[in-house]
Amino acid sequence: MKNLLLPAALVFATALATAQTPAPAAQPAPAGNAETGKKLFVSYGCWQCHGYEGQGGAAGPRLAPRPLPFAGFSRYVRRPTNQMPPYTEKVVPDADLAHIHAYLMSRPAAPPASSIPLLK
Amino acid sequence: MASTRSVDRRDFLKGAAVTGAAALVPGTSAAESPQAAPPAQSPPGSAPVAAREADPVVDVEALTTDRPGGDFMVDVLKSLNFDYIASNPGSSFRGIHESIINYGNNQSPEFITCCHEESSVAMAHAYFKVEGKPMAVLCHGTVGLQHASMAIYNAYCDRVPVYILAGNSLDATMRRPGVEWAHSVQDAASMVRDFIKWDDTPRSLPHFAESAVRAYKIAMTPPMMPVVVVIDGELQEDPIPSEVAARLRVPKLTTATPPQGDSGAVAEAARLLVNAQNPVIVADRLARTPAGMTRLIELAEALQAPVIDQHGRMNFPSSHPLNQSESSGPLIANADVVLGLELTDFWGTVSAFRDSLHRSSRSRIKPGTRLISITATDLFSKSNFQDFQRYPEVDVAMAADAEATLPALTEAVRRLVTDDRRRAFQERRARFEQAHARERDAARTEAAVAWDASPISTARMVAEIWGQIRNEDWSLVSESGNSSGWAFRLWDFKKPYQHLGDSGGAGVGYGAPAAVGGALANKKYGRLSVNIQGDGDLLYAPGVLWTAAHHRIPLLTVMHNNRAYHQEIMHIQRMANRHQRGITRWNIGTTIDNPNVDFAKVAQGLGVYAEGPIVSARDLGPALQRALAVVKKGEPALVDVVTQPR
Repeated sequence: MKNLLLPAALVFATALATAQTPAPAAQPAPAGNAETGKKLFVSYGCWQCHGYEGQGGAAGPRLAPRPLPFAGFSRYVRRPTNQMPPYTEKVVPDADLAHIHAYLMSRPAAPPASSIPLLK
Repeated sequence: MASTRSVDRRDFLKGAAVTGAAALVPGTSAAESPQAAPPAQSPPGSAPVAAREADPVVDVEALTTDRPGGDFMVDVLKSLNFDYIASNPGSSFRGIHESIINYGNNQSPEFITCCHEESSVAMAHAYFKVEGKPMAVLCHGTVGLQHASMAIYNAYCDRVPVYILAGNSLDATMRRPGVEWAHSVQDAASMVRDFIKWDDTPRSLPHFAESAVRAYKIAMTPPMMPVVVVIDGELQEDPIPSEVAARLRVPKLTTATPPQGDSGAVAEAARLLVNAQNPVIVADRLARTPAGMTRLIELAEALQAPVIDQHGRMNFPSSHPLNQSESSGPLIANADVVLGLELTDFWGTVSAFRDSLHRSSRSRIKPGTRLISITATDLFSKSNFQDFQRYPEVDVAMAADAEATLPALTEAVRRLVTDDRRRAFQERRARFEQAHARERDAARTEAAVAWDASPISTARMVAEIWGQIRNEDWSLVSESGNSSGWAFRLWDFKKPYQHLGDSGGAGVGYGAPAAVGGALANKKYGRLSVNIQGDGDLLYAPGVLWTAAHHRIPLLTVMHNNRAYHQEIMHIQRMANRHQRGITRWNIGTTIDNPNVDFAKVAQGLGVYAEGPIVSARDLGPALQRALAVVKKGEPALVDVVTQPR
């Protein structure tokens, strides 16, 4: 168990760092539908590592709220650099990826931790 | 008229077996029975045996005894100070079972009834990690040991002593026909010998006494591991022969002093650590006693060096500013000296491995980084089972017990610290205090994401539990639910019994019985035992909940019920993705739904107070509060929480 978690933790740290890097050259995100994206997020199993809300965990980094811009998001999905397996266009078409991104964009901001008594 | 005579058990049982067989044959009268028939003409040498087996008539004195061998075995067990002996009852150890409950008055050890031998051993495994002394386990040498084997392997990998007594019937001519043959074996311990430290099959009671005490000493000497003593049925049940009784004694137990690192190696390690600009201390199965945590704090503060706790034991307080466990990646990458204390996997600590179609690895450390290892595992290795991990190329390797070595290392460090180094250390401390505070804030911020989600986020579940226990004297006795390490990020771990590490061998099914065993150890101290329980893990042997109810073991179990073997879902998805065959059938063979398991009903059926399934986050706090009230009355309770996967 511990050994399974260790690489996952590395992914977590690395991916968070990735999320903080500047966005690549502006590239308009293809239109996506959040409701469709929600269904695809489940059927493609994205939630398995990232949680149903894209909140992240030991197995995968947080994706939402405020996901990477689409260009960086798409690039990482196609050519991940750590434990995440590559998702090719054959497996997840660009259009579906856009729907998934739209779903992640639609996730509401988390309440401030200071407003939650259990997290004070 | 047949004459009477005294016989020993061997003679009696032979006669009884023949009598029984004859009585089952229709139409066989006493006059026609083999016992009444005149001795047959037999070849020389065989006639006396036939005659003895035909004689069933004995004095009543020969059928009873006031002092069976099992009583002496109990004397030996009492000398070893066992509090409990866990067992699913079995005929191959009926003799010692009866001696424990009657001659021994069911005290020291007290019999704990288990529903599966895997539960017995896993209970003993976690019990040790709280109490610091082994718990005994009784099982059949055949079917019981096979059931127990997975849990024994976990304890072996986790370097935890479990004291196993396995019943057997060695003398083939004395076995009852039928099942006793299937429950007998030439070499009982052979099936687990690859993953225990020592075993023996005593031939006599004096032999048992020596082996029982020797087994305890070997189990408790680092690296600690399970041991097996096979106890023959006749030794347990037969009267202690008078010539043996005169020389029976219980040998004195003197446990071995844990080996301390060589003084030269300690001095070299201290020199490297004091001169390092970015030393990092990594601890895994370090703290085998409460002193371990204190000693690690002393070393870390002598160097003001960051500590990465890999959580094999309760090594370092989570709120200590030098606890930098969440920053292991950058710290290792930037280190010039890494000190590994009882690491399960030093290679994996300093290397990155990618599980892709082309498996690859790379070093995570800078060229020239010096690696220091202190581990008792270097003192004892076996070859078949591969839990020893990749070979680590270290610069200083102390084959020694790390906890025993820390005082000398800390003292050597203190002697080398100059004023200049002390100032540098204080600056380092200030940096890590800030980093630690940032990490705790980040944890709270991230926990707030998906706060009201359904299924309930693992962060919310863990925070809700913390809200109920934070003012109690609590102990997290198991975390088979794999809740993304939120407890380490949100809770304040500061006492040695507040975390027990994991299974060791990653054999699923450890969590539930380990939680009950840990809670059993905590019971006499009045601690609140908490278990974050995976659903797949509990389904291996849920009967252990009955054991908790039967023995009134207070334990709060919170189900991390993600309705799947979630680790395997991710593996299957990885394979399907790698093979580009679509990734939408991940659920086949990996999920625990359709129907959903109603864990509250399962627990209630086993006599445990239970609520659930809880699917809304707002219902969780009140449910935990009600369950906690039951636990505070001395009973187990379970809350089934439907959760996000991790």
